[in-house]
Amino acid sequence: MRVIVDFDLCESNALCMANAPEVFEVRDDDFLYVLQEEPPDSLRPKVEAAARACPKAAITIVD
Amino acid sequence: MSADSTDEGLPTDGTAVVVGASLAGLRAAETLRAEGFEGRLLLVGDELHLPYDRPPLSKQVLAGTWPPERVVLADRSKLDAMRIEAMCGQGAIALDPVGRRITLEDGSVLEADGVVIATGASPRRLPGTEGNEAVGVLRTLDDAAALRARVLAHGPGCRVVVVGAGFIGSEVASTCAGLDCKVTVLEAMPTPLAPAVGEQIGAALATLHASAGVELRTRVGVTAVHPPDGPADGQPAEGAPAPGAAGWVVLTSGEWLAADVVVVGIGVRPNTAWLEDSGLELADGVVCDGSLFAADAVTAAGDLARWRWRRDGLDESVRIEHWQVAAEMGVAAARSLLAGRRRAPAFDPVPYFWSDQYGVRIQVLGRPDPADEVAFVDGSAEEGRYVALYGRQGRLRAALAVGRPRKLMAFRPLLAAGASWQEATSLPLD
Repeated sequence: MRVIVDFDLCESNALCMANAPEVFEVRDDDFLYVLQEEPPDSLRPKVEAAARACPKAAITIVD
Repeated sequence: MSADSTDEGLPTDGTAVVVGASLAGLRAAETLRAEGFEGRLLLVGDELHLPYDRPPLSKQVLAGTWPPERVVLADRSKLDAMRIEAMCGQGAIALDPVGRRITLEDGSVLEADGVVIATGASPRRLPGTEGNEAVGVLRTLDDAAALRARVLAHGPGCRVVVVGAGFIGSEVASTCAGLDCKVTVLEAMPTPLAPAVGEQIGAALATLHASAGVELRTRVGVTAVHPPDGPADGQPAEGAPAPGAAGWVVLTSGEWLAADVVVVGIGVRPNTAWLEDSGLELADGVVCDGSLFAADAVTAAGDLARWRWRRDGLDESVRIEHWQVAAEMGVAAARSLLAGRRRAPAFDPVPYFWSDQYGVRIQVLGRPDPADEVAFVDGSAEEGRYVALYGRQGRLRAALAVGRPRKLMAFRPLLAAGASWQEATSLPLD
């Protein structure tokens, strides 16, 4: 599983971070950082929840 | 079809009709298709546009930083790929929820095995301003384009009067200030956003307007908007609006304000007129059970859906007008339809909304009540960046951040778990 964020769409709402803090982190500079671009499968439910929660649909998961 | 079979959920080879082609409706249609529905899938909407996203309208579209087409959520090729038949510019005028028959404006009738109602809401207008084209609202793409054109036509210094300092009004004021307009915001309550975030935070947010040179006037209402060629009694001697302008805005204080453009943001009404003869229960929205069913094989989602929400010992009938809730409800309404009424899980979101105004992002998780206790847990109103918590009855109810997205999200798991006020206010924030 590979996580791709479209940073042209991302508005740093940080809902991804609320759902999968292991993978997504919005820092104090208000930018999103992807901590693991290829997270383990055990995180899939969380990453999928993060992708669904994003108000800008900026997160895609590629297998 | 018998009641027993509807309990088993939508037949995967049947016909599903989603009425309302904005966010909730689109998400419902996408979810039906993504989660196993193979039959005919129609998405019916009264606007001519393909499904589009509304939050950018008061910001990027009004400001002109985005071309309008950028707000489209699903273009034809995406809809085709999902085999969603989008019928744009086709309003529904009636529903028979027992036979699941939907009558459209042109008189045609759609028969369905499952229906999602997602016709949204429409902005309230100021009585007596019908026909005055310079008195507008902002809900649709066409509204945003019309407002932008009108402001640009007047040029810099355009006098914009915004009625209502809610989220739409505040964002429009912020964007118009950025377009070099002279903006006045009128609010009947003591602070902006008081029903949404309470007066304490509302007072803190009021300072944003002044920082951008926008005049905010609270505790004032509008009694009339007189067009430029309207009655002259009481009209000030100077500053008369030109022909084509909105005219004079008359305040409850007796004052007259000259306005080139008026934007009204005083809330919305659920679009339920077409359901009045349906037999469905309507009460400021479509009344649904905890799984979003308004009737067997009929669910509702989005701004018009009022559902029975039980959590943390509360049992409420709620209708929420947030983007995020509409998106999640669309998904949930589709899943409920697929699962059937007996097996569908309860819809239990952590509500979220955000607002971008004056270069600042306001984010709210949960459901603040103006009567809640408020505690700042990070930053302060003076600093302009902070996290504030809302509590009642010993429980955390909501969290609000201004310019603090990361720290806000630390509270989402607590809200989802129904954390105590004590636990929330003592959470360490790095």
